[in-house]
Amino acid sequence: MATAQRRIILKNIDVPGYTNDMDCYLKNGGYEVLKKAFGMEQTAIKDEVKKSQLRGRGGAGFSCGLKWSFIDASKVTKPIYLICNADESEPGTFKDRQIIHKDPHQLIEGMVMSCYANNVKLAYIYIRGEMSEGAVILNRALDEARAKNFLGKNILGKGYDLEIYVHRGAGAYICGEETGLIESLEGKRAYPRIKPPYFPAVLGLYMCPTIVNNVETLCNVKHVIEMGGENFAKIGTPNNTGTRILCVSGDVNKPGYYEFECGSITMGELLHEVCGGIKGGRKLKAIIPGGSSSKVLRADQAYKIKQKDADGNMVEKSLTLEDIPMDFDTLAAVGSMAGSGGIIVMDDSRDMVECLANLSEFYAHESCGQCTPCREGVLWMKKILHRVSHGHGRGNEDIDLLQNVADNIAGRTICAFGEAASWPVQSFLEKFRPDFEKRAGESSGLEKKLS
Amino acid sequence: MIAPLQELPEDFVKKVDEIVSHYPASQRSASLMLLHEWQERFGFISEFAIEWIAQRLELQAINILELVTFYPMFRQKPFGKCQVRVCRTLSCALGGSSKTYEHFKNLTGAQGDEHGPITSPDGKYTIEFVECLASCGTAPVVMMNEDFYESVDEKKVEELVQKYS
Repeated sequence: MATAQRRIILKNIDVPGYTNDMDCYLKNGGYEVLKKAFGMEQTAIKDEVKKSQLRGRGGAGFSCGLKWSFIDASKVTKPIYLICNADESEPGTFKDRQIIHKDPHQLIEGMVMSCYANNVKLAYIYIRGEMSEGAVILNRALDEARAKNFLGKNILGKGYDLEIYVHRGAGAYICGEETGLIESLEGKRAYPRIKPPYFPAVLGLYMCPTIVNNVETLCNVKHVIEMGGENFAKIGTPNNTGTRILCVSGDVNKPGYYEFECGSITMGELLHEVCGGIKGGRKLKAIIPGGSSSKVLRADQAYKIKQKDADGNMVEKSLTLEDIPMDFDTLAAVGSMAGSGGIIVMDDSRDMVECLANLSEFYAHESCGQCTPCREGVLWMKKILHRVSHGHGRGNEDIDLLQNVADNIAGRTICAFGEAASWPVQSFLEKFRPDFEKRAGESSGLEKKLS
Repeated sequence: MIAPLQELPEDFVKKVDEIVSHYPASQRSASLMLLHEWQERFGFISEFAIEWIAQRLELQAINILELVTFYPMFRQKPFGKCQVRVCRTLSCALGGSSKTYEHFKNLTGAQGDEHGPITSPDGKYTIEFVECLASCGTAPVVMMNEDFYESVDEKKVEELVQKYS
């Protein structure tokens, strides 16, 4: 029997009768944790977040406490900004939408205390443009919070002022990259900035210190303060604390979003027990475990990882795909990543060439165009995959070219989009190369004659 | 030639002022939100819109035009009465979104390129394949104007085309 879900962030979401308005939130204990936080020193809140070992839920899994510690409010003379990254657009990921639509006050409460802890007076929620309904819901929730004095001037009589505004993106995936998001919020094209020197903590929005946190991360802050950092750290496994919302899509019987303690469930349990198995009784072929940019994992392969045993000795273990626990560290150890928690499942009826061609079209559409290797490379990867999947491949020559292009993007661009676009190509070729060679060899010859 | 502010509806100008007030450190930040406001109100971003917004924010027109050409949601031509956005990316593709897209095209008579907006001959529907709409668990997903629909199979396409006719 698979581990039961542990719904902390999703606790009230989809509960019959639970609505997204202030009254319902207050009836369920809403904003009580904010009152608790306002009774604490700002540094004490930051300490609790540090102790909780909370890692960011946007994709990179960076320590939230560490990110906050880069900014020392007592030494900074410029304004400090906080931006909630609600530009959810990583293919396979659909958790933030649920929180925003169904429990927006949880996000606002977490955000207000995060702002208080970091001495932020003005914050923005950057929501992706297509989520227009979500923007309306958030604006209404912010108005309700202002009316109750959880936001605005002299919040709860503590002499602390904070304003939060909703800012809408306009359909560009690159805005999910934090420095691209900042450029976009400044009213420019979302061209990511180069790091160093433009670390948001130093030179962020308007060249001021800025914290950018994901929706789920900010919601987690509320629960860290409620239960205390040390108690929060007991959930999950060491270095992978708290819960994780896993979004499952693709070829399973019950796709959806599920919340588990980090690392408490294996890939196999998730797919076969929680998600009702593979569609149509077919077999599992491959999984993309953390949003479309994460490297694909093949079902019939053994994954060797090194892990500490109970006595602290390093031991080598061999895992099947289905044995892999869904935590940050193990997924990294098997050569992929937990990323944004978006799991895309492909069964044995799926053509890997077409799956990759689909993804590469996404990256070709979404490259911001700033760096040449990425702008040109993603287009060529799309073109090659298009001709291979349409029967105009040029044999192994095409596959080698595809590999070569992918290998020359990663590490040569300003932001991580270059990696995000090449990892799927590199990993699909590594795991399923014969499929690609076969398809590229089935050329009609037409394209070859033309070239 | 830029029309003076009072030539636009008063409530629109007021709304613009409110939006700009959200960005006390730099009014340039309001550009995207003003473009949204304009497009929702007047249907598309005209040359006049670009000049007007630039003037309102004390920017050059190119500062606004470069946003319109960068961000996929902004359009410089009018769309059909109903904008149909069908998600194209992997999870929706696995769920059958290309059938959904084709069916919209067949029922409305819209023809053309696969990765750009196409409008039906009667001007009623503009159909577009778009990238991930972040609801991959209920593939394929479709947006009819700002309304969101999940698990849109061919039967549902027929209902939607009717509903938004």
